[in-house]
Amino acid sequence: MTYIAKPKLHHPSLVRNKAGFTRRDYEGAVSTLCAGCGHDSISAAIIQACYELDILPHQVAKLSGIGCSSKAPTYFVGASHGFNTVHGRMPSVMTGANLANKDLMYMGVSGDGDSASIGLGQFAHIMRRGVNMTYIVMNNGVYGLTKGQFSATADKGSISKKGAANSDESIDLVSLAILMGATFVGRSFSGDKHQLVPLIKAAMSHKGAAFLDVISPCVAFNNHAGSTKSYEYVREHNEAVNRLDFIEDREEITTQYEPGTATTVQQHDGSLLRLRKLGEEYDPSDKVAAMKRVQEGLAEGEVVTGLLYLDPTPKDLHQNLNTVDVALNTLGTADLCPGSATLDRINASLR
Amino acid sequence: MKPTDITNPDYFHKVVDCQWACPAHTPVPEYIRLIAHGRYSDAYMINWKSNVFPGILGRTCDRPCEPACRRSRVEDETLVKGKKEPVAICRLKRVAADYKDEEIGARMPKAPEKNGKRVACVGGGPASLTVARDLAVLGYEIVIYDQDPKLGGFIRTQIPHFRLPESVIDEEVGFITGIGNIEFRHQKIDSLKKLLGDGYDAIFVGCGAPRGRELDVPGRKEAAANIHIGIDWLSSVSFGHTTSVGKRVIVLGGGNTAMDCCRTARRLGGEDVKVIVRSGFEEMKASPWEKEDAMGEDIPILNMLVPKEVKHDNGRIQGVVFEKVKAEYDAKGRRSLVPTGEPDAFYPCDDVLVAIGQENAFPWIEKDAGIEFDRWGLPKLNEATLQSTEPKVFFGGDAAFGPKNIIWAAAHGHDAAISIHKMLIGEKVEERPAPGVNIVSQKMGIHEWSYDNAPTIDHRFKVPHRKKEEALKDIMAEVELGFDPKLAYEEARRCLNCDVQTVFSGKLCIECDACVDICPMDCITFTENGEEKDLRARLMAPAMNPTQDLYIGNDLKTGRVMVKDEDVCLHCGLCAERCPTGAWDMRKYYTEMTHAEHACRQQ
Repeated sequence: MTYIAKPKLHHPSLVRNKAGFTRRDYEGAVSTLCAGCGHDSISAAIIQACYELDILPHQVAKLSGIGCSSKAPTYFVGASHGFNTVHGRMPSVMTGANLANKDLMYMGVSGDGDSASIGLGQFAHIMRRGVNMTYIVMNNGVYGLTKGQFSATADKGSISKKGAANSDESIDLVSLAILMGATFVGRSFSGDKHQLVPLIKAAMSHKGAAFLDVISPCVAFNNHAGSTKSYEYVREHNEAVNRLDFIEDREEITTQYEPGTATTVQQHDGSLLRLRKLGEEYDPSDKVAAMKRVQEGLAEGEVVTGLLYLDPTPKDLHQNLNTVDVALNTLGTADLCPGSATLDRINASLR
Repeated sequence: MKPTDITNPDYFHKVVDCQWACPAHTPVPEYIRLIAHGRYSDAYMINWKSNVFPGILGRTCDRPCEPACRRSRVEDETLVKGKKEPVAICRLKRVAADYKDEEIGARMPKAPEKNGKRVACVGGGPASLTVARDLAVLGYEIVIYDQDPKLGGFIRTQIPHFRLPESVIDEEVGFITGIGNIEFRHQKIDSLKKLLGDGYDAIFVGCGAPRGRELDVPGRKEAAANIHIGIDWLSSVSFGHTTSVGKRVIVLGGGNTAMDCCRTARRLGGEDVKVIVRSGFEEMKASPWEKEDAMGEDIPILNMLVPKEVKHDNGRIQGVVFEKVKAEYDAKGRRSLVPTGEPDAFYPCDDVLVAIGQENAFPWIEKDAGIEFDRWGLPKLNEATLQSTEPKVFFGGDAAFGPKNIIWAAAHGHDAAISIHKMLIGEKVEERPAPGVNIVSQKMGIHEWSYDNAPTIDHRFKVPHRKKEEALKDIMAEVELGFDPKLAYEEARRCLNCDVQTVFSGKLCIECDACVDICPMDCITFTENGEEKDLRARLMAPAMNPTQDLYIGNDLKTGRVMVKDEDVCLHCGLCAERCPTGAWDMRKYYTEMTHAEHACRQQ
């Protein structure tokens, strides 16, 4: 934490986006997380993504649970809506909020404890319901707030700061999200914003359940030799399957790609995702192949990153439930309670 | 790019823009902090050591430090509610002089026993006084010659007392003569050969640029009674020989002397005083604040008018005819003033003050005295040592390279004193001493620094002025009243502490990006190395100011480099505060020029 507020003075070349804001306008309060926390870098990536997407902050709802990661929404997009829920219960609150007002952009921020331990059940269900959201797990494999016990995502055999080896199997949230029906699944690293920012932008533009597992080293309790979530380990074992360029629909495509080196996917909202190949053949639209590749990576001790699975035209919760076109919270009493005459008519039709 | 060598004292010195721009390299941020602390005497002593005349310079300096100030690059017009402005460095210096202890004289050095060597200074202005001060403390016997009855040179004779009260000059000249071993002789030197024959071990020439440039137009000679050379007229006013001027006065020239002339004329009975300048308003040599002050005293400045003829009636001046011109630029961007073809303008007047420049003149230096001059009439000098072609004779101040200003005179004085001392103890004059640098980490606790690291967004504070009606009535009444301690504190807080440096150690860095994310100015980037031009374009924010360095840090595990654009850094310390491993540290680099006292290895 810091004693002074971040100075308001800024670089003279700072430019405003189409919404009329500078990148600095998307900041929140100064972080109270430990210095060097990966979560702060993810917050910075979210700020950058929101700025580049010209997002209006008041149209964003940030929801989180409990933990270091769940504090993070305070530190980005300060002028948006926020809800700090009960531990592990963010998915159900976000599902409810999304049902009531589908016009907001939903961003769930959670950690490996909040999503993979106490909230694992809720995590599975929000994915299978296809809630239109961006769900980011800031994954450091450790319980930082209680001083460094292994979390459920800590790899088997990894060593804690005190020297103990983890004997439990780890939960791979990427595999779980694909299995449970998320339609946009990616993994990235807090120390690689070039990869992370386009992934967040693409996820926010995705009209369905988008999940990002972001490895985020805990500098205080999980950045030592023997850890598999340290800056050094992740950098050495990072296997990116592709590089994503996010292109907004109306924008001119200026980057030239060698033929055969990139594939283009159009999302529901018109945005284009350009996937640049990195060595191996990888087709993120093949769900079975995606799960196989992720599992292979786990077996090899690799951290497989990039856009791992994508269904570009998913159906979300509202489409599945066939709700009305407008947000439910805008319906008036007359719409919700059409009166006894209508009830009589319905009853009569059933007789 | 190669990793930055921060062991080179110039690297971080350059980051302290104000200090780097100051000819005497005064440690500005340090004394500003002391002013904020109310330690005025300590702030004064830092100045006194470095620039010798804090009270005088705090009122009259040309302040090259202020245009250099980082504040004027990083302020945001909407936040500070006004245009980008530097810290009022010069006027803060005056605060140190105004509020220092009465007993500060006790802190001034005293001359040791005489070392048997004698040095003559020709001219009693700031350059000679600096030489005298630096050498007297080493035991040299100094004799200063001046044609005027008191020491001070043009500081005393040409700067009007409403800008610089004589008491301030007396005090600061007194601090120097009080050291001892300094003798003043009210005597005009008319022969260098004779002076050389007097057995001095070295001679310093600090006689200024004493000749005002002449106006060469028809009618000048005939109307001579009412046409005065600006610097001579100011000096005559200063000594009380001139006490009045006509009601209608034209001042020719666009420099600071012209501004002093017109404002002085307003106080001696001039009611309709005009400044008429050949060039455009922006190109005028006068400092912007001096132009403002003149215009504030109801003195219009008329531009693009070239004097053509003085009209007179049998020697009785009637006015001046001007040709109207416009500026034209050739392919190389050189300006020439060409007539517009419009009819000439005539301005009636009772007196004309000519302030169109100053020239060097050395009528007292014989052709065969051993001093060579260049084609502009300036002595041929070694620029670093200020030694002339006669090894015993050194030049400084306006006498060295033509008219400059007081702070340059002080800087020359220091350099000449080093040269003289080195020569007289048998060291190589060309070997110049490195500055002294004292490095202290500012870390006090995990998130605490021993300097005020939160930048303010206050707009530059204005120095209170005496009411115009009062000021114009009394030629001795100082117009600027100076900051009071409260205003001085507020203004001092605008300083960004650029001498507290961001020092990077790549070996400690884990590349977590915390510093990149927190930096309010986006000055830090971790990236692949490249050529400077390429790097400047692909940083977090483009580094568009090529006069400001990129700080390159290496030894990173990924093989990348840390690139910091020094241009817009606020020195807020947040990078160091958010750094988990101490790879960033905030260290104060107190850089101090080495003067004659410590300049020599053989002591």
